[in-house]
Amino acid sequence: MALSEIAEAGHRTDVLAGTKPRKQARNRRWAFLGVVPFFAYIAVFLLIPTGKLIVGAFTTTTGAFTFSNIASIFHAPYPAAFEFSVELSALSALWGGIMGFLVANAVLHHGVPRWVRPAYLSFSGMAANFAGIPLAFAFTATLGNLGVVTILLKHLGFNIYPSFSLQGLLGASLVYLFFQFPLMILLMIPVIEGLRKEWREAASNLGATSFGFWRHIGLPVVTPSLLGLMVLLFGNAFSAYATAYALGISNLVTIQIGQFINGNNVFAPQDAYALAFGMIVIIVITIIIYTLLQRRSSRWLK
Amino acid sequence: MAQVSASPAAPAALSSHRLRRVRSRVPVWHLLWLLVAAIFFLLPIYSVVQFSLEGTLPGQGVFHWYETVFDDPMFRSTFWLSIQISLETVAVSLLLMVPTVFWIHLRLPRLRPVMDLITILPFVVPPIVLIVGLAPMLRKFSWLIVRPEVLALIYVVFALPFLYRALDAGLRAIDLRTLVEAAESLGSSIPGTLLRVILPNLRAAIIGGSLLTVAISMGEFTVASLLGFFTFPVYTYEIATSTAYEGVALSFISFIFVWAAMLALYLLGSGGRGAAGVAITD
Repeated sequence: MALSEIAEAGHRTDVLAGTKPRKQARNRRWAFLGVVPFFAYIAVFLLIPTGKLIVGAFTTTTGAFTFSNIASIFHAPYPAAFEFSVELSALSALWGGIMGFLVANAVLHHGVPRWVRPAYLSFSGMAANFAGIPLAFAFTATLGNLGVVTILLKHLGFNIYPSFSLQGLLGASLVYLFFQFPLMILLMIPVIEGLRKEWREAASNLGATSFGFWRHIGLPVVTPSLLGLMVLLFGNAFSAYATAYALGISNLVTIQIGQFINGNNVFAPQDAYALAFGMIVIIVITIIIYTLLQRRSSRWLK
Repeated sequence: MAQVSASPAAPAALSSHRLRRVRSRVPVWHLLWLLVAAIFFLLPIYSVVQFSLEGTLPGQGVFHWYETVFDDPMFRSTFWLSIQISLETVAVSLLLMVPTVFWIHLRLPRLRPVMDLITILPFVVPPIVLIVGLAPMLRKFSWLIVRPEVLALIYVVFALPFLYRALDAGLRAIDLRTLVEAAESLGSSIPGTLLRVILPNLRAAIIGGSLLTVAISMGEFTVASLLGFFTFPVYTYEIATSTAYEGVALSFISFIFVWAAMLALYLLGSGGRGAAGVAITD
């Protein structure tokens, strides 16, 4: 830190001595050239395609302005797809959020053996990134029709089929839980670590039990973060495609959009644009809620 | 940090020490939740291993499905294709991002909020949404859309938030201005400084970001399958729909691959911080 202060002071003397300002001003004018390649790349591969689909959601094939594309996503089968997407994302976010919070809290308890923390953290890092095709088939091998656990339960006298299926709300949310739950553990750990140790000690000195601490201090402070991260998990599940595709779920928004694309062709592009736009709207709403909750929680947490 | 707060008042330190000893008995429900998590995580992995060893005919080895998969020339070619695409993604990402983030930290700190916004965009526009806008655009470049390299160019966007965050944290941790001025006063040019002074200081951030980029590119299915490329995840899907046992064996192989990448990442972060690199916003 001292070094940077010296550097700052050096700057100031340079400015006072009048040797650098002109050069610096000239540098600043041309400095933006250094980021042109990056912004050009982002424009071509992210901004322009996004702009194109947003414009496409509001124009006819001939280029005239219209609301009829947007109106079409309120007709079957799309509302049902949006509904199932929201239900599945919300359920997996709720489960994942609560369990992730409880496990993060347990992992951080200083009484647990020393190996627990690195074991759970590194495994969580792996599982949170283990979404997609292999995850879907891992659960087929576990809870599918001929899955290892399905057959084990059958031997024990519990026949989960046909009432259970990996394509239903319960089954699919269990699969999603495999990446939501560890993600929540990783995201929740810094939040719980941010709870000041002094509060815990003060509460304990005043005779509070661990339960009392959480009820009156911990939970009220942590709740905005907890809700914010659950909203984030919702967005994470909402945009999942590969896992659902491999499970064979068809009534999800992402799968419906995928059906319009084959190679470099987009069939019925107007509907695809409108659905994609609908997804963007929902994700933007989740990010706004997340940001508001995050702002609220940063008041108390370190 | 705890040491700093404890050192001024010895009695406080003593009482907190005693408290820690009293509380070090772990409540039962903590152990219960840890156990539930362990069962939930390990059961699918156990099932995958068990399932991939089943369904063989008499006379076939225990690892029959793995042997079948390894003997399949498509396994080798798709795996190699995915590795190639991942390495291309890492190369393009680093070439694009390292100088940009360095330059923003050094000369254009006002652009940092803009960068924060841009790095959120890949979550607002997930792969399945992006491809709707991108596919019709790419159609105009018919020479590009038939080449698998196009996937690497697209994956750069998906890897952007993670690489940016890693590089941003890495550059925050060093005293960039002092290093650059010291190098300048010794007669080094800006590119020379970046190459010989900054890059070695960012090694951990670069390796960490690259590992995440590889994990993302190796597992990407959405864009690859919709654009019609036969990468490793697409091959896994195709195999699994015809022979479940082989598909599950392939899933286990991907699992080992992701685990190796994440373990390397975790060891690199040497305890905690590195593992927080996950495919998601903060």
